[in-house]
Amino acid sequence: MSVTLRPVFEPTRGLRSDRVTHYCPGCTHGVAHRLVAEVLEELGVLERTVGVASVGCSVLAYNYFLVDMQEAAHGRAPAVATGIKRVLPDRVVFAYQGDGDLAAIGMAEIVHAAARGENITVIFINNANYGMTSGQMAPTTLVGQRTTTTPLGRDPAQAGYPIRVAELLDTLDGPAYIARGSLHDTAHVLQAKRYIRKAFQAQLEGRGFSLVELLSSCPTNWGLEPVEALDFIRERLVPHYPLGELRKPEGVR
Amino acid sequence: MGERELMKGNEAMAEAAIRAGCRYFFGYPITPQSELLEYMARHLAGRGGVFLQAESEVSAINMVYGAAGAGARVMTATSSPGFSLMQEGLSYMAGAELPAVVVNVVRGGPGLGGLQPAQSDYFQATKGGGHGDYRLIVLAPSSPQEAADLVYEAFDVADRYRNVVLILADSILAQAMEPVELPPARDPASLPAKPWATVGRGERAEPNLVNSLYLAAEDLWALNQRLQAKYRRIEAEETRWAEEWTEEADWLVVAYGSMARIALAAIRQLRREEGLRVGLFRPISLWPFPSRALARRAAGTRGVLTMEMSTGQMVEDVRLAVEGAVPVRFFGKTGGVVPEVEEAVEAIRRMVAETEPRHAHPVR
Repeated sequence: MSVTLRPVFEPTRGLRSDRVTHYCPGCTHGVAHRLVAEVLEELGVLERTVGVASVGCSVLAYNYFLVDMQEAAHGRAPAVATGIKRVLPDRVVFAYQGDGDLAAIGMAEIVHAAARGENITVIFINNANYGMTSGQMAPTTLVGQRTTTTPLGRDPAQAGYPIRVAELLDTLDGPAYIARGSLHDTAHVLQAKRYIRKAFQAQLEGRGFSLVELLSSCPTNWGLEPVEALDFIRERLVPHYPLGELRKPEGVR
Repeated sequence: MGERELMKGNEAMAEAAIRAGCRYFFGYPITPQSELLEYMARHLAGRGGVFLQAESEVSAINMVYGAAGAGARVMTATSSPGFSLMQEGLSYMAGAELPAVVVNVVRGGPGLGGLQPAQSDYFQATKGGGHGDYRLIVLAPSSPQEAADLVYEAFDVADRYRNVVLILADSILAQAMEPVELPPARDPASLPAKPWATVGRGERAEPNLVNSLYLAAEDLWALNQRLQAKYRRIEAEETRWAEEWTEEADWLVVAYGSMARIALAAIRQLRREEGLRVGLFRPISLWPFPSRALARRAAGTRGVLTMEMSTGQMVEDVRLAVEGAVPVRFFGKTGGVVPEVEEAVEAIRRMVAETEPRHAHPVR
């Protein structure tokens, strides 16, 4: 009797399967990479996609994605992506940015790309601190959260309040799709993938700017075990950064 | 012959860029370059291109980065304070070896400075400006016609070396109207392919990458060696200058851009009225600086006078070129104050008097 074995897991063609990433154990950047790559593969657009990496932990994203990439200066990925998309309007263009990159030094670039309704997709990783430079306060750091530059916890009297990027961009007329997902458990990972898919779909349909914010873990700089870090997302980040689709194009469910 | 039109320098540069096959312009308004931006806004869309007003010069240069990396002929234009904001992007473009043409219509500084013409961005233009060991190819026109010609050629030069070409102008030639003979229009589709550009992987097995990050020191050293080899090639192949009455000149004036026209008027007057054999050496490429040609010309003279609308920046390159062979003097005004021809005449007379043989060391 012969038995046909069906594969239960296959690597995506959107990522290099021969490379181990530099991300810390328990960091969910790798999950976010995989979701983006799977969506691009499933949409059949890997060969006509140009990605833009930013400055931060994901600066080396171009070493993992199997698509043409540009590496942008700190915060400037939406401007670089704009330049690419205006030259190549029939290609799929995405920027992959962290919270320091997008919400601090790059706030002007993201707001104006969104306001223009630039037909690009932005994947925004919110891990509530600067990971690459070893855990300083980010614009997304929670009140009371300890970082190396808020050693006693973020004090709003001194360091102000965290920025909700998805809500902020949702005040603009330009964006076509804005959603916030989380990577802290399987159900939410699958939901995040649906959001990412809809964001790229909006771009393919020429509807304009799309952004998916992803709550992501940073066990190393949070000083937590990987599983504790996922709990931190669920217990601390999700209540401050509510999940869901904030903006959808008409006719999209 | 092409058509001749009365044009402002700013408009001549914009039209020449479009005719060179540039179809993408990203910019931010700033006096005195705004006519260039506005010309692009009026004309690019109708000729199959894209004009986009960016939210800042920082953004504009990064849009240029993206478009250049996607293989397009692309341009931006600004003036001094805006050019300062572009230094980050220009450094990244140098590291990623991206070709583009950038125009800086220089105005007086430092700080917010003023709106009047100056040449006080020479150091910033020719010595790097941003971080790291890199060079822009810097071309300095002295008339709207030359501005159009240099912009037109700049796109080929930029593509040939995968390097930014900077047109260093000033508001005299950007705002002045003169007859300009425009170059023939080129079809962007006819331009050489850029197989390195990020346009989507297509059939390629390996993705293309536009990048300036090299975390391993030996890799970054290798990049720098490659860049330096390219810069040496550019020095050998792209050094440009013009000369007037330098054959058998007893004295030399060195000036570029609009200042060279003032210098030329002064020299003409002194040759005619006082019979002084003064010649003009006008660098057109400020980097690479025409050091060897200048040294050769200066060798037979009694002295060299550098004239700038600055407090003395190019004069350092002149001194390095001349290497003390003859005296090098400086005359300049800046902050938007343009020297009068009569002041230039006086400055030349002063240099002549100070470097006459009777002022030389007495024979012992």
